[in-house]
Amino acid sequence: MLADLKALPRRYPVFILLAALLLAASLVTPAILSLENIITAIRQYSVVGIMALGVTFVVIAGRVDVSIGSLLSVLVVVIISLHDKVGPVMAMCAGVSIAVVVGAVNGFLVAYLRLNSLIVTLGTLTALQGVANVASAGILNQVMEPEASWFKVFGRSFFLNVPVSVWIFGVMALVSALVLGRTNFGRSVRAVGGNELASVFSSINARATIFMTFVIASLLTAVAAIVFASYAMAAPYNSGVGLEMTVLASIFLGGTSIGGGVGGIGRTVIGVAVLAFVANGMILVGMPIQAQWLISCIIIITAVLLDTYARRGTILA
Amino acid sequence: MSTRTAERAEPGRRSNAGHNIGRKVLTGALGFFGQSPAWPLLVLLIIFFMLATPNFMTWFNVSNLLTQAVIIGILAVGLTPVFISGAVDLSVGSVAGFTACLLVTIQPYIGLYPACAFALLAGLSIGLFNGLLVEIFGLNPIIVTLAIMLGVRSLTFLLFGSATISPTDDRLLDLVGTKVGPFTFDVLVFLAVALAVGLMLRSTVHGINTYAIGGSRPAAEDAGVNVTKHVVFNFALCGTLAGLVGVTLVGQLGAAAPVYGQGYELLAIIAVVLGGTKLAGGSGTVVGTLVATGALTVLQNGVNLLNVDVRYVTIIVGVVLVLTLTLDRLISGGPGSSE
Repeated sequence: MLADLKALPRRYPVFILLAALLLAASLVTPAILSLENIITAIRQYSVVGIMALGVTFVVIAGRVDVSIGSLLSVLVVVIISLHDKVGPVMAMCAGVSIAVVVGAVNGFLVAYLRLNSLIVTLGTLTALQGVANVASAGILNQVMEPEASWFKVFGRSFFLNVPVSVWIFGVMALVSALVLGRTNFGRSVRAVGGNELASVFSSINARATIFMTFVIASLLTAVAAIVFASYAMAAPYNSGVGLEMTVLASIFLGGTSIGGGVGGIGRTVIGVAVLAFVANGMILVGMPIQAQWLISCIIIITAVLLDTYARRGTILA
Repeated sequence: MSTRTAERAEPGRRSNAGHNIGRKVLTGALGFFGQSPAWPLLVLLIIFFMLATPNFMTWFNVSNLLTQAVIIGILAVGLTPVFISGAVDLSVGSVAGFTACLLVTIQPYIGLYPACAFALLAGLSIGLFNGLLVEIFGLNPIIVTLAIMLGVRSLTFLLFGSATISPTDDRLLDLVGTKVGPFTFDVLVFLAVALAVGLMLRSTVHGINTYAIGGSRPAAEDAGVNVTKHVVFNFALCGTLAGLVGVTLVGQLGAAAPVYGQGYELLAIIAVVLGGTKLAGGSGTVVGTLVATGALTVLQNGVNLLNVDVRYVTIIVGVVLVLTLTLDRLISGGPGSSE
């Protein structure tokens, strides 16, 4: 047990970072460690967190999906503008269907046409950004009476004093961890990311596996969009712009390897937590919002350095 | 090669000479045009817009087109060697924004041209820093340059504030607007840069080693190539050219804002990849990048001339990228297949 604990920082160096950050932050503002604030911090990052869970599958399979930020913009616009017309259930169904289609297109192009995933999703990112812009028709779509709709449950309500969005993040994380860790599909994802050729020789359907990871990433983006829409009850056309970078940052921060095969849901959750606390702490200390990016930059590079050190045993290449 | 020499040695050589030259031109042309999947795209787009809008082929619009191509073009030309050596740089848009603001901020104190030099030097330093992080510590270039992209953008806001600032010296604006023949000065700079980088890749030891490293890094190492030196040089060059883009932005727009260059890295990467350069490294040319930049610019410009809503342009660019790569993959199994 003690040996396990000792090995922990070496295996997951991001833990050290999280602990150091919390210590530093609690010295500056003790309020940061209050339970209330911790929940607030996670709540602010629940949308990013839910998206990051899905992209973790893609990254472990050795691919990358940068289209999710634009996809979120599109879905939020669709859900909000349909909410008053056809009701929240149908609006959510529409959002989920669009997400599945986009995920299937990405997955088909990457898995079956063997195109490079970064480039393909860069293309869909660009296209979806335009779609969000056109779909919002140049106005800020809003739900007319946000408090009257039960749709507010996902983003604005509390269950056992914890925001529902945090519950959703927690449940999604648990389900994702089980799928990745305890199912044949999860093992296939790791195998494909670790060595695709070997996985094919082990009679794993690599193409279907890669395809499914993209659908999962899009589906979880749909869940994130529902939380976002329910919280904001309005749809700026650019609600997801740049989120893909934050999502990737939290995944890499957790130590999931970009080469595929190595990583996990728990790591991504820790990565999201670190970024959430940084953002939250900066707000509490009164730093400008842009300073967060600089801190994120330093943290990501430090984390990657520590992670390579832990794996390689030496800091230099 | 051997068949060609054999043909030449035949008795009926004179009658074959024309045929041989024709064939040489043909293979040369095929080799030239085969460099990039963007050629058919560029030709189709030009024909389409020539038929669709009367104003497309006017001198005014062509010169306009070239000016529009400069910004993404220089970024893409700078990215090409980095891609060929098997790396990526996502920070170029942020670097352009940073150097633009730096130039305008320090220009009143140290004069215009020293400020320009300083901006280029800043770009060089950031590129060097990227390259050293990637090579010395063996980190993944996507992660490193993603972090640097965030960091540099943040520094730009923190150091220079979030307002738009204008230079007190208009000479840069005048210089960029100066016409030399049919071209404005910034277009000439762009073409000179493209020529220089193209020659560097084709005919220098550094260029050849760049291809070798991208093709197979272990093989290059075994052959005694100093991989670190060449990759870091490419990153530094890319950073410097991103700095040049910052200077050009100030020259074209007469102002600088910390949001300058946001999202440009994505457009530049699209241009490089459409131009036939593989993400995995080892192949690609500056000519391909130029053609793809041309195709993207013609697309945006033509769609504007057709009075199509600007918001549709991003959709069209995204769809064209995916479709071109798909067709390229289906027809030739070509560069789009880079894994």
